This record gives sequence, structure tokens and C-alpha cells, in this order.
Amino acid sequence: MDELKLYTYIAVFGTFGLYFVIAWWARAGSTSEFYVAGGGVHPILNGMAIGADWMSAASFISMAGLIAFLGYGGSVFLMGWTGGYVLLAMLLAPYLRKYGKFTVPEFIGDRYYSNVARVVAVLCLIIASLTYVIGQMKGVGVAFSRFLEVDYGLGLGIGMFVVWVYAVLGGMKGITYTQIAQYCVLIFAYTVPAVFISLHLTGNPIPQIGLGSTLADGSGVYLLDKLDLIVTDLGFKEYTTAKLGSTLNMFMYTLSLMIGTAGLPHVIMRFFTVPSVKGARSSAGWALIFIAALYTVAPAVGAMARLNLMNTIQPASAEPLEYEQRPQWFKNWEKTGLLKFEDKNGDGKIQYVADKATNEMVKVDRDIMVLANPEIANLPNWVIALVAAGGLAAALSTAAGLLLAISSSISHDLMKGVFMPHISEKSELRAGRIAMTVSILVAGYLGLNPPGFAAGTVALAFGLAASSIFPALMMGIFAKSIGSKAAVSGMLAGIGITLLYIFQHEGIMFIKGTAFLGDMAKNWFFGIEPKAFGAVGAMVNFSVAFAVSRMIGERPPENIQQMIEDIRIPAGSSAAATGH
Amino acid sequence: MNKHQSYWKANLRLMAICLSIWFVVSFLFGIILVEPLNNFHLGGYKLGFWFAQQGSIYTFVALVFFYSSRMNKLDKEYGVQEDEEQ
Repeated sequence: MDELKLYTYIAVFGTFGLYFVIAWWARAGSTSEFYVAGGGVHPILNGMAIGADWMSAASFISMAGLIAFLGYGGSVFLMGWTGGYVLLAMLLAPYLRKYGKFTVPEFIGDRYYSNVARVVAVLCLIIASLTYVIGQMKGVGVAFSRFLEVDYGLGLGIGMFVVWVYAVLGGMKGITYTQIAQYCVLIFAYTVPAVFISLHLTGNPIPQIGLGSTLADGSGVYLLDKLDLIVTDLGFKEYTTAKLGSTLNMFMYTLSLMIGTAGLPHVIMRFFTVPSVKGARSSAGWALIFIAALYTVAPAVGAMARLNLMNTIQPASAEPLEYEQRPQWFKNWEKTGLLKFEDKNGDGKIQYVADKATNEMVKVDRDIMVLANPEIANLPNWVIALVAAGGLAAALSTAAGLLLAISSSISHDLMKGVFMPHISEKSELRAGRIAMTVSILVAGYLGLNPPGFAAGTVALAFGLAASSIFPALMMGIFAKSIGSKAAVSGMLAGIGITLLYIFQHEGIMFIKGTAFLGDMAKNWFFGIEPKAFGAVGAMVNFSVAFAVSRMIGERPPENIQQMIEDIRIPAGSSAAATGH
Repeated sequence: MNKHQSYWKANLRLMAICLSIWFVVSFLFGIILVEPLNNFHLGGYKLGFWFAQQGSIYTFVALVFFYSSRMNKLDKEYGVQEDEEQ
């Protein structure tokens, strides 16, 4: 076994061992521990757990790569996936914590005094979370197969087993404390290579400052200016100004991601675990600090990786690299099929240009930018091993949070809440564990046989969260006049228009050929791409709810009005929490 | 207007201020006005680009903590804070 593999085994299985120890220590004995970790998690620790819960395989592996190739256009992800926490901190978290129940559909069901509203919320939650979890499972499988050369399916199985142990045993309590450990692993694994690369390129160890500094080669040229120059020379769009579609598209895309972030149930439910309203407010701030620690480094990783890649292939201007002289990392990634070269003009040199007809780098997968970064920058083997453990931590922690959201909505909302209200706490806890096991099996199956719609999952999850859950929660707190009929019609209209828009452009359930308008940019509504449509769905939801409310003149009953008054003030939060 | 209603009004006012700043640093500086702002520089960063990829995020963090600390003060001012045993 070579050195790299040995280090990787140590890093991966060492961290797994740690998660098991934590799982044993934090086993859950009651439904309150299983759903909300007993409501006693310190706000700073909860912030860390939110960070791990939130930052998925996509944030860890894919985001910097997206930014590397989109340049300025990639900003929509940076602003969208952090700005949502401002909305969460001010508009939702403190009030939902004050309400002091276990799940998001439970609040919606109570606030709109309607089991229909609750079931609609459960369905949205399950679709959004399940599609999201497929991506995590794929991330686990890829990390195993690339770094340990284990079969994809076996790797997936190992990942499922690890999550099963701590999620079923510990519920929210076990998940919380493993997520804290996973946050530490993933942020360390993300930052270390970035510091090395920034130091190497600019002489400044802080990536956020390095990105705005001059190059260390003594030329006195700013890194970003150099990058702009190289990419425009080869016919690509200028890095620092390349837009993602139109200005309106970027605006709507960012807004959709923000609203979607604030409406994702697996994130919201983490705020139920802190002891107070005050704690929920500060927890959001801590969460955002821990998330910003990765999100402000990501643009530096993206730009520096792109620069390193360009410099390798195009060492001097108009002097492309000889294919035979390509470095070892190039060969490694060619084997995986994620990097592909085709010598179109037969000169044995690598022409990497924007023009599709003459470009010879026929495939440069975005995901390799983070995974191959340490190799491209010649970093020591233990750093590469760390990246593998970090990627797994990111995928597993998010998967666990999503699976808990799914299983608690089944055992607590559907069974206890709607269909079998008389089951005891003990049977509810058992039902929660069974639902968790089944969800893991379903997620594993979907990870192994990704359905056609796997590629579009992010659009679907954020679209549903933005167009149904966020508006329902916000009106539940801020608009006392909205009653059950108005809310349900708003939710259905929001989901309806969002799904219609996504499906008509990307296929019904993302099956190719069923897209009746085709994925053609010219058919996009004001040039807004389907992924950016959640914000429009949310606006439709709000407008329909208010219109219906005005038309039928419905007012929620007195006790609901009283409940809204009550969640708006922090006093008495402990009473609400013990009211189960 | 009772105490709870004026507390809620004060909360909404604070929220409006915070969300305006949230909008300005991300949507306005990072997207709508990015081109004019790019004529200015912050080190090697074009200013609009910096807001989109760095500045907005730092501001978000500051905003959430600012809101949280102001709300804790408002809670006390209006006597609606939680019991201190937590």
C-alpha cells in the first residue's frame, strides 16, 4: 500500500471511529432528545452543527469548481447560500424556536389549524430532502472510489452504515454532536490546502487577502488581473466580470437561493435545539461565521485553482504544454475520465481555448478543482488524505440532517400528528428509528441507481423550499390575517408554478424529451433560468394567499391570533418548550 | 397601543434597517451596481466583485450579530425577555 493510501485510510477511518464514539456517548432516550436533542444545545455549538448540516458535498467539492469556471457569475452561490441566514435569523428562527415544537410541518399545521396544510408541508419536505440526500450519497460513493479505490457501491454502503449508527442511535442528539466534529474536520480540510496554495502563489497565508494581492513571482501583477489576462487571451470571458446570464437572472438566482436556504427544513429544525429565543438569534450568527469561514475561502480556492490549471497547460503565452510532458496529477485524473484530452490538430500539444472547434481539453470536470487542487499545487500526501476525510464529513453530516428531517416528519407529523394520534412516546421513538432506517435504505438505493432527475435536484429542493415552505412560515409569523384556506392555496400555487416552470424546461421529473418547451434560453421567462425560479414561485405564493384571504374574508380563530401574538415575544419560552 | 405591540413595531423597524443593508451590499453593490463599482479597487479586487464574493458575506455576519444584540436590548427595554436561568 502506498503512502497516500495509508494516510487516507487513517484519516477516513479515524474520523469514522470518532463519530462512533460520539454516537455511543450521545444516545437518545426520549422523543425530545431524538427530535431536538433535548433542546439544550449551546448556541455556539449549534452554530457549528448548522455549519456542517448546511455545507454539503456540493459546498465542499463542487462550489469552488463552479466559481473557478463561472468567475464573477459564481457569486450567486456565495451570496445566495449565506444571505439566506440573514433572513433565517430575523424572519424565522427566533419565532419558530419560541413556538417550541419539534418539526416544521407541525408549526404549519398548528398555525393554519389544518392537517391538509401539515401534509402538504410534509410532502414538500420529503421531496426536497430526499432529492437533496441523493447528491450526498453520490458524494460519499465518489470520495470512496476516487481516494480509496473502493468500489462505488461498497463505499456508499460504508457511508450508509456510518450514518445509520449515529442517526438511529442518537437521533438529533447524536447527529448534533457528530456534526460538530464533522464541522471541525471539514473546515480544517478545506482551509489547509487553501492556505498552502495562497502562500505559494501570493506569499500571503490568508486566502481571502491572497486573492486580492500581487503574485509572489516578483512581477508586481495582481493575481486577479493576471487571471483575467490569461483567460481572455484564450478567448474565455473575463474572470472578474463574467455574468451568469443577465443581471436580472443573477438577481433572481441569488434571491431564490436565499429564500430557499431560509426555507430548508433540515436547517430550520436545528434552531429547535437551542435552549432559548436569545440562543436562536445568536446561534444564527455563529452559524453564519462558521459558514463564512468556508464561503469566503471558496472564491480564493476557485480563482487560484483556475490560475494553476491555466499555468500548467499554458506555461508561457502561445506556448502550450506538450502532452507527453503532462504532470502526474493530469494522468491520475485522466484515468477517472473527469479530465480528457483529444489532440485535434495532431501537434502533440495541449490547446486549451474557449473555441469549441479547436479546444483540445474536451473535458475538465468542475468537481476536480477542489479534489485535485492539492495535487496540482504539489502539496504533501497528508493534505490530500485530509481532503478525502473532509469531503466525507461534509456529505455525511448533511445526509444525517436531511434523513432526520424526513424521518421526524414521518413519525411525528404523519403518524403521531395525523394518522395515529394515540401512540405512546415509546412507540413514536421506535417509529422514528424505523423511519430513519427506511429513509437511509431509500437514499442508498437512489444513490446507487440515481434517477434521471438527480442532476436537477438542487433546483427542485431549493425551488420547493422557496416557493412553499418559506412563504408559509413567514406569513404564519408576520401576517395574522392569513387563514388556512389562503395559506394552502398559496402553497399549492407556489409549488405548482415552480414545478411547472422547472419541468417544462428540464423535463417532467427531469426525464429528457418530456420538456415541452425545451431547455432553450430564448423560452425563459424574462431570461430567468429554471434554477432561479424559486423566488418567482414565492411571490406567486404570497400574492395568491393575500388575494384569497381578501376574497373570502377569512380570519384565523381567536386562539390562533393569540398564538401568533405569543410567538412574537420571547418571554415564556421555557414554558412553551415543556408544553409537550 | 399596548407594550407588546410597540415592542413588535420596534422589532419591525430594526428589521427594516437590517434588511435594507442586506439588500444594498448584495443585490445593489454585488449585482445591480457591479459595473460602476468595478472602476474602484480594493487591493487587487475590483470593488463590485469584492462585494459579490467577500464584502457581502462579512456584512451578513455583522448584521446578524447586530440584530441579535439590539433585540436582546429591546427585550429588556420592553420587559419581554426570557427567564434568566437559561
